[in-house]
Amino acid sequence: MISLRDVRVSYSGREILHGTTFDVQRGETLVILGGSGSGKSTLLRTLVGLEKPTSGEVWIAGKNFSAISGAERDAIRKKIGMSFQGGALFGSMTVGENVALPLREHTKLEASTIDIMVRLKLDQVGLSGYEQYMPSQLSGGMKKRAAVARALAMDPEILFFDEPSAGLDPIIAAGIDQLILDLKQAFRMTIIVVTHELASAFLIADRMVLINKGDVVAMGTAKEMQNSTHPRVRQFMDRVPEPAVAQELDYLQMLTEQQPR
Amino acid sequence: MEFARKVGAAVINALSYLGSLAALGGRAAFAAFIGPFLGRPVRFQSAVEQAMEAGVRALPILSLITFFIGLILALQSAYELKRFGALNYVASAVAISMSRELGPLITAIVVIGRSGSAFAAEIGTMKVSEEIDALETMAIDPVHFLVTPKFIAMVLMLPCLTIWANSMGILGGSLFGVLQADFTWGRYIRASLEALFLRDVVTGLIKSFMFGVTITAVGCLEGLSTGGGAEQVGRSTTRAVVVSIFLVILVDLVFTTLFFFLGAH
Repeated sequence: MISLRDVRVSYSGREILHGTTFDVQRGETLVILGGSGSGKSTLLRTLVGLEKPTSGEVWIAGKNFSAISGAERDAIRKKIGMSFQGGALFGSMTVGENVALPLREHTKLEASTIDIMVRLKLDQVGLSGYEQYMPSQLSGGMKKRAAVARALAMDPEILFFDEPSAGLDPIIAAGIDQLILDLKQAFRMTIIVVTHELASAFLIADRMVLINKGDVVAMGTAKEMQNSTHPRVRQFMDRVPEPAVAQELDYLQMLTEQQPR
Repeated sequence: MEFARKVGAAVINALSYLGSLAALGGRAAFAAFIGPFLGRPVRFQSAVEQAMEAGVRALPILSLITFFIGLILALQSAYELKRFGALNYVASAVAISMSRELGPLITAIVVIGRSGSAFAAEIGTMKVSEEIDALETMAIDPVHFLVTPKFIAMVLMLPCLTIWANSMGILGGSLFGVLQADFTWGRYIRASLEALFLRDVVTGLIKSFMFGVTITAVGCLEGLSTGGGAEQVGRSTTRAVVVSIFLVILVDLVFTTLFFFLGAH
């Protein structure tokens, strides 16, 4: 379904991803794990075509995403849904209009049909009755749910989540996890989740990828990750902080930025 | 050598900025004129809302400002005209300088303050909160969705506002004319109309159309190029206002020069 081949991405001369390669099967839930600044968000933005790889290929639904025309790219984008970290709901529209927007823009459905679909999607995420609310009147968890409803509007084949449980209390976060599990079971969607929440990752993932400083460190099922002996994986799984500067000479070098004799 | 290098870099930056403005304007024009034939109708409702906000709601403040400007113009020209005993030329002086220059310019400045800055802030905030990204992942072109309606609204409303501004300026001048220069209201208005050629009004309107394009392009481009963070939205808004004022005056200079030499023949 999705395939990355040696993808490299740079921001203003600094390379963020150093040649990422992996595949995602249809109907699979893949969790991309990584610390802050590991490049996992950049990876997700590259997958949905918001960042252009400097080299390498991103294949989605049988098409090379970086080598197709605008029309073909739009055709693929209609089959994917993306839920952004902060929700990214349009502040000037009601929740209902937000969910209806892709339907209004891309389909020729009657307004009454769209209304029904909006209610259906909002009900799926547990927000029925909130059509007329403005995004600013919703809590953080509700915004994320509404964003998921909007991502589901076009019945996508692939669903992307950027930090679905960041900034939410444990109960609401568990609710979002449950929502992802429900979607996975009900629609057999391909789901890709970027997160650093281990508990939620182990709950929802079929497979996991651990990214560190722009490189894929490890990939495997939850069990394989749990039993991995790779030092970086262990550090992440066991929540070990970065070791403090061990050597005095290194410390001195860091302070003075000079070569120690 | 270092100096020449810096000048060169600045010139290249300025040219590339103008290029980005033209590219954005071109994409918006494409969405407005070609898009409908490709099955992507213009968001007319949104254009009307923008026209309401940028045009109709600007009327009160624009009326007040241009009324005062007309009055000031009358006072300033009377200062010189009085020495020649030609106070009855106040009406034509005000009418001509309003329609040819100050009407379009003051309108543009007011619209920059109200709408150019608002465009940058609105689009910049959407950029920061990933709403622009969300549009793109939904296969909705942000230029078609956000920028084109603004362009349509602005190029229609600026000339309309300019006509209104011209009239209010003449009205402001007439206050001086009636109180200090022995005009009656009717005679002042008639004198103004007689002094004006269609050419004076039309050149002003052409300029105001170009100002509309400039203000929208700068406001939207600054919004779209906002970096991360709320502080950047403020910076974009400020830049939108400063750059718009500069470019509007530059466009004014270019077109006034053009009209001057075209009018000579």
